[in-house]
Amino acid sequence: MGFLSKAKPTETDQVLKEAYFTASQAQLIRARYKSNRTAMVAGWVLTMMILVGFFSEFLSPYAPTMAGRDKQYENGPPQMPKFWDENGFSLQPFIYGTSRERSIKTNFRWVITVDREDRRYLRFFVEGWQYSYIDLKWNLPGEAFDIDFTTLTFSTHLFGADKGGVHLFGTDASGKDIFSRTLRAIFTSLKCGALGVFIAFVLALVIGGISGFYGGWIDSILQMITDAIRTVPPLPLFMALAAFLPQEWSAEAVFFIISSILGLIGWPTLARRIRTHLLSERSQEYVLAAELCGASPSHIIRRHLLPSFTSYIIVDLMITFPYMVRLETALSFIGLGLIDPVSSLGSMMQNVSKADVLLNYQWYFIPVLFFIAFVLAFVFVGDGLRDAADPYTRAKK
Amino acid sequence: MTLLTVENLDLKFDTDEGRITAVDNVSFELNSGEVLGLVGESGSGKSVTAKSLMHLNPSNAVYGAGSEIYLELERDVVDVLSLKSSRELKIVRGGAISMIFQEPMASFAPAITIGAQMVEQLLIHSSLSKKEAAELSVEMLDRVGISEARHRFYQYAFELSGGMRQRAMIAMALSTKPKVLIADEPTTALDVTIQAQVLDLMKELVAEFGMAILFITHDLSVIAQTADRVAVMYLGRILETGTVRQVIQTPAHPYTQGLLNSLPKLDALDEPLTPIAGDIPSPLERPPGCVFHTRCPKAKPGVCDQSIPDLFPIDSGHTAACFALTQEWSDIDQKRTA
Amino acid sequence: MTESSHISVRNLSVHFVLGRQLFGKPPVVRAVDEVSLEIPKGSFFGLVGESGSGKTTLGRAILRAAPITSGQILYRDDEVEYDLSNIAKEQLKDYRQRAQLIFQDPYAALSPRMTVRDIIAEPLEVMGITNTRAETDDRVREIASKCRLNLEHLRRFPHAFSGGQRQRISIARALVCSPRFVVADESVAALDVSIQADILNLLESLRGELMNTFLFISHDLRVVAHICDTVAVMYLGTLVESAPTRSLFSNPSHPYTKALLSAIPSLDPDVRGKAQKLEGEIPSPVTPPSGCKFHTRCSLAEERCRSEAPLWRELSEGHSVACHFA
Repeated sequence: MGFLSKAKPTETDQVLKEAYFTASQAQLIRARYKSNRTAMVAGWVLTMMILVGFFSEFLSPYAPTMAGRDKQYENGPPQMPKFWDENGFSLQPFIYGTSRERSIKTNFRWVITVDREDRRYLRFFVEGWQYSYIDLKWNLPGEAFDIDFTTLTFSTHLFGADKGGVHLFGTDASGKDIFSRTLRAIFTSLKCGALGVFIAFVLALVIGGISGFYGGWIDSILQMITDAIRTVPPLPLFMALAAFLPQEWSAEAVFFIISSILGLIGWPTLARRIRTHLLSERSQEYVLAAELCGASPSHIIRRHLLPSFTSYIIVDLMITFPYMVRLETALSFIGLGLIDPVSSLGSMMQNVSKADVLLNYQWYFIPVLFFIAFVLAFVFVGDGLRDAADPYTRAKK
Repeated sequence: MTLLTVENLDLKFDTDEGRITAVDNVSFELNSGEVLGLVGESGSGKSVTAKSLMHLNPSNAVYGAGSEIYLELERDVVDVLSLKSSRELKIVRGGAISMIFQEPMASFAPAITIGAQMVEQLLIHSSLSKKEAAELSVEMLDRVGISEARHRFYQYAFELSGGMRQRAMIAMALSTKPKVLIADEPTTALDVTIQAQVLDLMKELVAEFGMAILFITHDLSVIAQTADRVAVMYLGRILETGTVRQVIQTPAHPYTQGLLNSLPKLDALDEPLTPIAGDIPSPLERPPGCVFHTRCPKAKPGVCDQSIPDLFPIDSGHTAACFALTQEWSDIDQKRTA
Repeated sequence: MTESSHISVRNLSVHFVLGRQLFGKPPVVRAVDEVSLEIPKGSFFGLVGESGSGKTTLGRAILRAAPITSGQILYRDDEVEYDLSNIAKEQLKDYRQRAQLIFQDPYAALSPRMTVRDIIAEPLEVMGITNTRAETDDRVREIASKCRLNLEHLRRFPHAFSGGQRQRISIARALVCSPRFVVADESVAALDVSIQADILNLLESLRGELMNTFLFISHDLRVVAHICDTVAVMYLGTLVESAPTRSLFSNPSHPYTKALLSAIPSLDPDVRGKAQKLEGEIPSPVTPPSGCKFHTRCSLAEERCRSEAPLWRELSEGHSVACHFA
């Protein structure tokens, strides 16, 4: 047995066959997915990024906000930790100390010089700035909705330098550590995308579900509404909405609203797919068999329709996610979404578009690489899931 | 004269679940003016064998080392399995060998008229001009019994009924005057009254065009009415061959006998139906030794599950692959009863 | 309605409207057109016809899986009597337990995501026939072994089984709620020949054990001949002949029945070329011929056949035909 033998090479033939015969849909999908190497790699990358995003505060030596900026190292290039240089080998990684100067010769720009004699060793599990895992400080419009709740506070970080700053990806114009900001940005994009996908999914499920299940004129009306909303171009809509957003709303409130709007724009495509899946499943003979037993619509939905399209829907969600992230990034990039000082990949890329940056501070582009990897990982995982999701078409006569 | 020779055809497919044997050591000959029936159930490999004749199997097909398929044309002999480029393959795909399928709706392109498809086929395989090709196509449509042929020429596949579509497909297949026509379950999807018409048509055309037909089906009565010779396939092997009278009236192989016994017969309504015991094994679980031994009433353990029987001669032209037909078998039986 | 009838169909018509048209009336497919027949209790009733005959639609209408345009269908067993053309919701629910369907395609009729045990148990659970899981399991095992399914295979999924085995699972599912009336719609058409006989034998043995009435729909007269005791022949939505099996096959009266029988290829290679072929194509059910629907292909057709539809007449005991010449 091809794909199963990779899983348990020591089992006997009969046990393998029995495993294949009693494999549920979920197990078959998993087995097929595992045999797709690209998808597996992408899956690992994605898992890593999610973990990194989740533990971003632990992994970042500096706070990604203005509070964590390094005034001594503005626009500084990335510092690679080394184990070995002309002065000898060291078990502990180290970076070099730097000093900076500016003069008329450098056009009054700060130029950073590296002092190779000054070794600064990296320490692990250092104490640093405080962060909390549950930190709800929502300043929503209206006094009654404000929430202020903090718990699970730590201040340990994975690494830090014993003297001075360590900036793996360099710093930006105000001294904020790009590495920390990138990590935080991954998490922000994840949260934003997840919220958007969730809202889109709920709406799509309800509307697409009713449409697909009942058909007839309900279907026609709902489809007309869906198509109408789908034709609205997202960017101009956002620009209009952005003009209405009050300035005094906190970053979190803006974040919430942006995500919701993403969801409200994204649901039509998903709804259409759900409806299509439902319509085709509805006409399956085993559904008719259940109806002939007098099964109620809820039984049919629960037992036959939902399991059948769960796999498709997971694929659809996976594919919708990068669209949400890209939309949010695009909006933040043009200044309509999450803006500085909130770290999102889009807001970080906002700074990239200046010629000054292109010429002198190329490390600003590092977040772009992360963004590309992020989107690609989602796309490959989605594709892999889609390929794996239908194990039954091949098993037929 | 022999038109097509298949020798030791061996075909396996590389799939997710492993290497599946589809055709195992199949050999047969096709002579001009003759209808050879290839009978088998699902998994017998008959369709795959037919597709091999046109080198039409998917890319995960692995041919065995000794497999040979030779097509004898007027001037030379074509080794079908060694054809590579599309120009070479043209001969066996629509040229000297033509194929008609079970589901005519699936083989006509839905958005192009029938006439356009027939003309396209002729333009590929002959040097006729477009006008000549159109004329020939209308003639062929008429010849196969489609009324108002000129009008039908401009129609689309969905506008014709099932029987007419099948006739149109026959017309299309024959317009290139092939030497060999492969008919893969051509009447299975048709109503029985229409099937009778189409079978009659095919027999007339064989006589008129002098070609050979490889008729693939699972229906033994269709074979009885149409074929001259029969080969019975099971799980990729030929178990019995002979003239249609020999195989149907005096079947030698237990599988053929079982198949004939399990058919409901109109002239024996009171007799119970006797199915063949067991199920067709999945291609993943190919039985060792004789492929039929798991369901065979005559199977002897130690013999039938160990070695693969060759086709033993029973009568002139009539062979069957069964150990029970050999002298050694009856010797063992005699020893046992003695 | 005769005392022994399980199902009584009277002047049933099932018409489907195709789409909408801007002007004039939209085309109507007269799938079943004024059909009347009686299915005796405990019988194995065969319904044969080619494509467009309406046999499947008739079967579905009896099960209330197709809409009834006009006419009546009465169901009667020793407990209840229902008018299916005019049935209340509660009664329909009860009817569902008494009448079941075995599908044609064993590959499409079983949900690929449910284990075999769950598939067979589903009717019991939906209809609330059993109360505990143990009870359900017992019933499932009972019917599964009657259908000669290996009980160990109950926890497998459908993709593990061959066509014949799947059809047995389908039969088990249809029979688990002990229906009195079972419609088998082309139930052996998709199976290999050597398996067909097996399934047919199974149906016969089940009928003997469970004493239900079977309506066996098929296009294959040979299969119907072996297993059914009465056969009705349909053409383009109307019933043309109905008789006990022996009668029909030894003494067919309607020209269509005769043509159908002679078109069946014989297993004897020596009887070639002796059949009388039926010319022409089956007309479209949207525009059926006037009068007797078969007149366009009938060798005996006269002026009367074009204008007047023949009446359903009883020739002899149980043998009825609709033809001007019978």
